[in-house]
Amino acid sequence: MPERVVQSYRVLVGMEIHVQLATKSKMFTGCANAAPNFGAEPNSLVDEQVLGLPGTLPVMNKKAVEYSIQVGLALGCQIAKHSKWDRKSYYYPDLPKNYQISQYDLPLCGEGSFELTLEDGSTKTIRIRRAHLEEDAGKLLHDAPGGFKIDHSILDLNRAGTPLLEIVTEPDFETPEQVRAFGQELQRLVQFLGVSEGQMQMGHMRFEPNINVHITDGDGKVHKTAITEIKNLNSFSVLERATAYEIQRQIHEWIETGSLGQKATYGWDESSGATFFQRPKEKEQDYRYFPDPDLVPVDVDEAWLSELKNQVGELPATRRKRYMTALGLSEAEAAALANDRATGDFYEKALRHGSSAKRVANLLLSHGRRLCNEKDCTLSELGILPERVAEIASLIDQNKIAASAAGAVFDKLMEEDAPPDDIAKALGLLQVSDTGAIDAAIEAAIAANPKAVADFKGGKQAALGSLTGAVMKSAKGLNPKLVQERLRAKLSS
Amino acid sequence: MLLYDTVISARDAVRAKDISAVELTRAALARIEEQDQLLGAFNSKDSARALIQAKAVDDGERTGPLAGVPIAIKDNICTSWGTTTCSSKMLENFRAPYDATVVRALEDAGAVIVGKTNLDEFAMGSSTENSAFKITRNPWDQKRVPGGSSGGSAAAVAASRCCGALGSDTGGSIRQPASFCGLVGMKPTYGRVSRYGLVAFASSLDQIGPMAWTVGDCAQVLNVISGHDRKDSTSVRDAAPDYIANLEKPIDRLRIGVVKEFQAIAGVDPQVKSAIDAAIKKYQSLGAEIVEVSLPHTDYGIAAYYIIAPCEASSNLARYDGVHFGHRTSEQVNDIVELFSKSRAEGFGPEVQRRIMIGTYALSSGYYDAYYNRALQIRTLIRRDFDEAFRQCDVILSPTSPTPAFKAGEKTADPLQMYLVDVFTVTCNIAGIPGISVPCGFTSGANPLPIGMQLLGPVFSEEKLLRVARMFEATTDFHKRRPVMDIQASVE
Repeated sequence: MPERVVQSYRVLVGMEIHVQLATKSKMFTGCANAAPNFGAEPNSLVDEQVLGLPGTLPVMNKKAVEYSIQVGLALGCQIAKHSKWDRKSYYYPDLPKNYQISQYDLPLCGEGSFELTLEDGSTKTIRIRRAHLEEDAGKLLHDAPGGFKIDHSILDLNRAGTPLLEIVTEPDFETPEQVRAFGQELQRLVQFLGVSEGQMQMGHMRFEPNINVHITDGDGKVHKTAITEIKNLNSFSVLERATAYEIQRQIHEWIETGSLGQKATYGWDESSGATFFQRPKEKEQDYRYFPDPDLVPVDVDEAWLSELKNQVGELPATRRKRYMTALGLSEAEAAALANDRATGDFYEKALRHGSSAKRVANLLLSHGRRLCNEKDCTLSELGILPERVAEIASLIDQNKIAASAAGAVFDKLMEEDAPPDDIAKALGLLQVSDTGAIDAAIEAAIAANPKAVADFKGGKQAALGSLTGAVMKSAKGLNPKLVQERLRAKLSS
Repeated sequence: MLLYDTVISARDAVRAKDISAVELTRAALARIEEQDQLLGAFNSKDSARALIQAKAVDDGERTGPLAGVPIAIKDNICTSWGTTTCSSKMLENFRAPYDATVVRALEDAGAVIVGKTNLDEFAMGSSTENSAFKITRNPWDQKRVPGGSSGGSAAAVAASRCCGALGSDTGGSIRQPASFCGLVGMKPTYGRVSRYGLVAFASSLDQIGPMAWTVGDCAQVLNVISGHDRKDSTSVRDAAPDYIANLEKPIDRLRIGVVKEFQAIAGVDPQVKSAIDAAIKKYQSLGAEIVEVSLPHTDYGIAAYYIIAPCEASSNLARYDGVHFGHRTSEQVNDIVELFSKSRAEGFGPEVQRRIMIGTYALSSGYYDAYYNRALQIRTLIRRDFDEAFRQCDVILSPTSPTPAFKAGEKTADPLQMYLVDVFTVTCNIAGIPGISVPCGFTSGANPLPIGMQLLGPVFSEEKLLRVARMFEATTDFHKRRPVMDIQASVE
């Protein structure tokens, strides 16, 4: 038996991601949507359309279409001017009509490409194949709530009809880390756009990586393993671990048996930390797609599209990059401000008042964040106007208050809105920058500390510190920077 | 016979207090109760509810253009009371928790719904013999079928159990039974009337429409049920015109199209042919110009129809699986697939199963292009044919059905023979245009049978179609004849 040697290998991973959209109502009826009502009483979010009762008809949720187009725009997809709804037929009890309204050959969002920023700061282009909108299915349960065994299956149709955006990428991921990074970036994106809560534990996002490996053996011959798909992964950690496991499983299967495996569906077993075989995919299931005659096609005109483009605005990744390059923020600062749309918008409003970008960022990320944590709210909900933050920054930059005094001004602003200048004055935080007063204090301190003066002149730099302290102690609110400057000048003259 | 047996006469009599709505309703209900056993027009009724509705009219609480008029509803249109069975074992006990939009509209207009009428199971058929419950007899000759699939509605009006009825028309299911029973029946333009609450057979072809003795009656009912409905994405947004206002005004310089290809259709009864020829002459005498038009793809109409309709039906009827509602097998099953197949095999009749199988096959991968896609291409061509034809004429005149009502059992053995009955009517649904059937003669003999002519017009030409039909009706007496019924005596 020839020994199989792996000289090198190349991993190819593509992903299907299902995102539940957080619209008020379901995809094709006014019934309340399950996505923003996680944990609702089973079968409480249903109506005659969800149940597929005879005579009912679907009516498209325009908001869901708009949300999908926004995600498509954010992923750099071509938005279809004309798309339509198709019926995908299969019999399963969690699908009340035994067909799912989906999009077959004319999805809302076509090809796209997305710049994924990796941990080392480099970027990788991920090509998007398509993104289409459909209705989610219900849930078929084989245990009663609480895990009790029952001899039959039960149905919860709350999830049935929830708007579901299915995003399909090309097999551009080369490592499990990239897969995870994309998942997290996509979560930030849908949260930033406000189209989905993106809560993994609530099933708002489900990932299905499809994986294969091109193995180069000792002779330089390439062996391509069969593509497997891991179903329904709903945490980033599992997504990364399952992908990593499956890559290794395929490689080891080849090493040990020479088999390239078969096209199949796999599941993930958390307790053993391993993927497991579910079913082969030799034969593509025949879904008998055909255009849904109950719905009219979706035509997206220029006016609608440009309105949606405006709503999307600048994306978190672009914002982060701009904050770092143009505004000089650190990566952590940029991320903290740019990942949430409202926070970024607040920051930019403050910047419009002409203060230092870095200073404003510091204030928001220290005092702003502290107050948000205390009040459990977002920056824009604090009630502090962005221009006030800018004004505080200016006071610090102009040496009118010490940086350490900013917290007190913030606290006061939480009580009532007033110009920070006035607040600082009222709180006695304004620094004395009158050179006459400072010089008088310096003269007094020099006169009172001849030893320190002699030490400094003798070359002891540390003596300057005790002299500065003496000056500062002699009067309240002296500008420490000015004190030090003028003291040094005086002593050196 | 009811004392007032047309929609407008009944409405006017109630309005003038010549008769109370309760009296009229009681008379209709009595006829259903006492005489419908053998006719088989009705699947169900709710007498108590109907009488309450009628009393509310008499008390002035319910008003409107149909106040107090007894109306029957085809049993594939959902009502929030009673059952909606589609004459299928599958839905024998199905109670819809909602009213169809048309039912709401009728009741808002004051109509009194007396009951729900028999049909071919899920509206699949042309004789009402495919009902899982009973056959419906033709009031003009009880050995014959009333047509279908809205045969129950047609028989109910013709046998004077109500003044008007709603049917649904997917390939001729309103017009053909109307012609078999001596009534006026109209299939409106696709999208003119909401389909919400109509149990779907073939969604892109189905349309609800009125059946009654006169053109005016149909115009009145259409006035009430037309219009945009947010619950039906395919219903048109433009407001419907008033179909009554100009009904008596003849069309100036009317051009009537006669289809070249229709002359070649075999199997047209000579008496039907001569009645149609006479109708053409009548229009000529009224000043109309007769033009020959061509519909070159007529031959493909039936073939395209029997692909598109079963394809959509196979999908629409997939939901009847014994899981959520409808018939579930009482036999022991080992898995879910067995539950599905046994429930469906027991719940659906042979014609429904046949069409589900045809549709499932035609939509399958590898066959889709050869069947469904081809059928859609033919659909486009048929639409174009009509567009072209209507450049040269206002309406197209033809027989509604190649023959008068045929005998029960005559065509049940051969489904293809039954499908050919739709030859003049299906293209109208395929093109989405409106069509109306109007009584235009009777066969000779001891048991004269009604003959109907069909008028087709371009999309949204209902107003003109009704006026053209009224021109004919106003100068003929066919709509005034009533069947002589002695059911007990005439049925062996």
